[in-house]
Amino acid sequence: MIHFDQVGITYDGSPSPVLRGVSVRIEEGELCLVIGHTGSGKSTLLGAVNGLVPHFTGGTLTGRVVVAGRDTARYKPRELADVVGVVGQDPLAGFVTDTVEEELAYTMEQLAIEPAAMRTRLEETLDILGIASLRHRALHTLSGGQQQRVAIGAALTAHPRVLVLDEPTSALDPTSAEDVLAAITRLVHDLGVTVVLAEHRLERVMPYADRVIYLAGEGRIEEGPPAEIAGRAEVRPPVVELGKLAGWQPLPLSVRDARRLAPALRQRLPRTPPLPARVAQAGPTALTARGIVVRYGPVIAVRSVGLTLRGGECTALMGRNGSGKSSLLWALQGTGSRAAGTVSVGPAAADPARLPPGRARRLVGLVPQTPADLLYLDTVGAELAQADRDVSDGTVPARDILDEIAPGIPAGTHPRDLSAGQQLALVLAIQLTAAPAVILLDEPTRGLDYQAKASLTRVLDRLAARGHAIVVATHDVEFVTRACDRVVVMAEGDVVTDGPAAAVLTASPTFAPQIAKILAPLPYLTEAQVAAGLGGRAAG
Amino acid sequence: MRTSRAIARTYGRLPRGLHPVAWWIWALALAVAASRTTNPLLLLLILAVLGLVVALRRSDAPWARGYRFYLTMALTVILIRVLFRVVFESGVTPGDQILFRLPRIPTPSWYAGVQIGGPVSLEAVLSAVLDGARLACLLCCIGAANTLANPKRALRVLPGALYELGVAVTVALSVAPQLVDSTQRVRRGQRLRGTDRRGLRALRATAIPVLHDALERSLRLAAAMDSRGYGRTGTATRASRRLTAALLLAGLSGLCLGAYGLLDSGMPAGLAIGGFAAGTAACTGGLFLGGRRVSRSHYRPDPWGWPEWAVTACGLAGAAGLCVTVGYNPAAVNPSLYPLHWPSLPLIPAIAILAAGLAAVVAPPPPLAAAEPDPALPRPRPAVAGASQ
Repeated sequence: MIHFDQVGITYDGSPSPVLRGVSVRIEEGELCLVIGHTGSGKSTLLGAVNGLVPHFTGGTLTGRVVVAGRDTARYKPRELADVVGVVGQDPLAGFVTDTVEEELAYTMEQLAIEPAAMRTRLEETLDILGIASLRHRALHTLSGGQQQRVAIGAALTAHPRVLVLDEPTSALDPTSAEDVLAAITRLVHDLGVTVVLAEHRLERVMPYADRVIYLAGEGRIEEGPPAEIAGRAEVRPPVVELGKLAGWQPLPLSVRDARRLAPALRQRLPRTPPLPARVAQAGPTALTARGIVVRYGPVIAVRSVGLTLRGGECTALMGRNGSGKSSLLWALQGTGSRAAGTVSVGPAAADPARLPPGRARRLVGLVPQTPADLLYLDTVGAELAQADRDVSDGTVPARDILDEIAPGIPAGTHPRDLSAGQQLALVLAIQLTAAPAVILLDEPTRGLDYQAKASLTRVLDRLAARGHAIVVATHDVEFVTRACDRVVVMAEGDVVTDGPAAAVLTASPTFAPQIAKILAPLPYLTEAQVAAGLGGRAAG
Repeated sequence: MRTSRAIARTYGRLPRGLHPVAWWIWALALAVAASRTTNPLLLLLILAVLGLVVALRRSDAPWARGYRFYLTMALTVILIRVLFRVVFESGVTPGDQILFRLPRIPTPSWYAGVQIGGPVSLEAVLSAVLDGARLACLLCCIGAANTLANPKRALRVLPGALYELGVAVTVALSVAPQLVDSTQRVRRGQRLRGTDRRGLRALRATAIPVLHDALERSLRLAAAMDSRGYGRTGTATRASRRLTAALLLAGLSGLCLGAYGLLDSGMPAGLAIGGFAAGTAACTGGLFLGGRRVSRSHYRPDPWGWPEWAVTACGLAGAAGLCVTVGYNPAAVNPSLYPLHWPSLPLIPAIAILAAGLAAVVAPPPPLAAAEPDPALPRPRPAVAGASQ
C-alpha cells in the first residue's frame, strides 16, 4: 500500500537530513505505529506519505515514496486526497468550514462526489465515529475529543485507503484521547483502512499495532513487530519497563497482558515496597486560600475552594476538562478573576490580586497552558535579557536558571522554533527569575514525550527541594506518580479529594498508574520501587 | 425532472431555509421599489413589510440577529443628512417657512460656495428627512437579505470560477473570532510576565504572539486544505485557462466602458449599450469556462421549489408596481414639497408593496434551533472565557 524506497529528506537550510535511507513497506489494512522522540522526524515521515513533504514544506526528497501505485514526486497532496486522508494534532487548525456536517462534506465536495452518494457516506461516517448527535453543532463549541473525531470523520468520508494521523491525542485529556483511539482501532478492525499513526500513548495502541516504525535518531529507522521494537526503543510505556524488569518474554504491551503474567512477580515482591514512591519534605505554609469563587456569568467555575500550599511540596491538581483547574490557578495567581475568597502568600500575608502584575509575579508565578503566549522577542537570548531587566534586583540571571532546567538551548534560536518542552523550560525560567515562592503550572505535560516528562520531573524535584511550593494541573497519572506528593481532584468546581499522592492514586483502579494496576493489591507505583523490591529479595 | 418536482412539493411547507438567491432577489426588488419613491407613507410601508418578513422568517442563527444593527445604521443615515442640511445652509428657497436661524460663520472668499449657519427651513429639513429615509430603506433591504439568507449558503451559489473567493471569505469569517480569542489569551499571559498593559512594548508583546499564532494557524490550514483536495485542477488545459482569463478581462473592460457610457450622456447610446452587452457576454462566457474546469460538487444543495418562485414573484411585483406608477402618476409617488401638503397614499404602489409582504406567508418557516450548543458539555476554554470578564 505504502512503499518507501531508500527515502532521504533534507529541509532547506538544514545541514543534515531528517530522514535517510528509509525503506519500509506498509501493507494493505495494517495499523502501523510510528514512535520516536520529539524532533526525531515522525511528522516528516508522516508528511511524506501524502506528499506534503516536500511539496508543501519545501526540502529535498531522494528515493521514492509510492502510495497506492502513485509516486508522490509526481502527485501533489491534493491529487492524493482520494487515497490518503490526513488528521493533524490540532483539529481546530485544519477545519475549513464551521459546522460538523459541512466539515464532513468538504473533502467529498472537492472530489466532486455525487450529492446523493455524499449524503449516504456522511450518515455512515457519523455513525462509525459516534458523532451523529453533533451534526448541526458549530465546530468551535465541541470538546477537543469531539473535534478530533470530526477531523477523522472529515478524512474518512472521502473513503481513503490510507489514513495518516499525526499525534491525534497529544492535545486531549485522557477521556477524549480514549474516545479517539477507540474510534481509530474500530476503523482498523471494521473498515480495514490502512492506518499510519504517530502516538505517544503507546500502551493504548501498541497491542493493536501490526508494525512499529521506531525513529532511533540521526534519520534512521528500525521497524518490526511491536513486541520486538518495544524492547529496543528508548520511548516505552511503564508496562514495558516493568516487563523488562521482571524479565518477561515476549514483552507485554498492555495492562491486560501484564496482569496475566503478574502473579509470579507478586510472589517475588515484599508486601510493602522497600522505599516510598516519593520522599516528601513539606516545609512551612507558603500560600493559604479560603473560599475561592470564580464565576463566568451564570457558570460557577470554582465553588468556594480552600487550599493550603506548603513550601517543598508538589501538588497535582487533577480533574476532567472544565472542572475548574485553570480557573483556580489563575485566581490563585491574582491575574484571573475571583468573585469571592481570600489568598494570602508568604509571611506578609499579601494578596497577589491586589498588587500590580510586576509584584504579583514575585509572590506567585504561573506558567499558562500555552507558554508561547509569553514570548514575543526574536531570540531566546533577548527573552532572557528582558526577563532580567523586568526583575532589576534579581539574584540569579535567567540564563543560569534556563541552563539548569534545560541545558544547551542556543541564545540565537527563535523561541518559536523550540520544541514544546524547550518552550516550557524557557517560560519557566523567565517566571523563576522573579523568584516566586509559589509556582503554578497549567497542563505542562501536554505534548511532551516520556523523556521530556522525566526531565520536567527532575526540574520540579529540584525546585521543591529549594522550598518552592508547586502546583501542577495535569491529566497525566504516570507523571503525577513520579513528580507529585499530594493530589487534589476537582469536579464541577469543587474539591472532591485532597490527600497524599500514593493513597489517592491507588484508591481507585481507573485512576491508578499502570504499575499499580498490574501489581494490585500490592501498593507499588513506580518501576523504581519494583526494582528495589526485587533487588532486596535477591539480596535477602 | 419529476423527482425534483416531487421533492420540491414535499419540501414546500416543511420548515427549511429558503434558497438564499430567492431572498436576495426579493430584497433587491424592494430596494428598487424604495429607490423610486420619496413618498414617506410608501417608504414607511416598505419598512413595515421588511420588518414583518424579517420577524417571521429569520432563523435563530447568529447571523440572523443583525437586523437591529441595520436599523440603527438607517437612523444614523437620516440624522446625518438632516444635520448636514441644517449646518450648511442649503435647499432654502425664498418662500420657505423658516424654523430657526443659526448664527452664520463667515467663510473666506475662496470658500464662498459653502455657507455655514444661517436660516433653517421646514422644507429643507423635510426634504433631507425624505432623502435620508429612502437611503435608509435601501440599507434595510440589504440588511433584510443578510438576515434572512444564510450568507455562507449565499456564497455557495457563486459560479464555480469564483469559488476561491467564497472560500477566502468563509475562512476569513472563521479566523476573526479566533483572533479575538488569541488576543485575549496573550494579553492575560503577558500580565503573568509583569508586562505593563499600556505602551509600545505592551502592544508589541501582544501583537507578535497573536500574529505568530495566526500565521502558524494559516499555514496549518493551508496544509490541511491541500491534503483534502482543495484546488484540484480537474481537466483544465493551459489553453483553456488562458482563454478564461482573457474573456474575463475583456468582459470587465466592456462592462466599465458600458457603465461609463450609460452614466455620461456625451457618449453615443449605441456604443454604451453595445459595450455593456458585450462585456456581460464575455464575463458570462469566462465564468462558464472557468466554472467548467473546476470539478466540484455541492453537499445538500438548496432546492428551488415553488416557495422560491413565489417569494421572487412577490418581490418583483413590488418593484413593478412602483416603476409603473412612476410613469403615469409621478406626483403621488414623489410628492412635491412646494406647496407643503400631507402626502396621499397611492393605491397601486401600496398594493404592490403589500404583495411583496406576502413573502412572509409563502416562504416556509425557518428550521428550528439545531445549532445551539449543549450547555451540559464542558466549555472548550475556560481560561479564555475568564478573560472577557
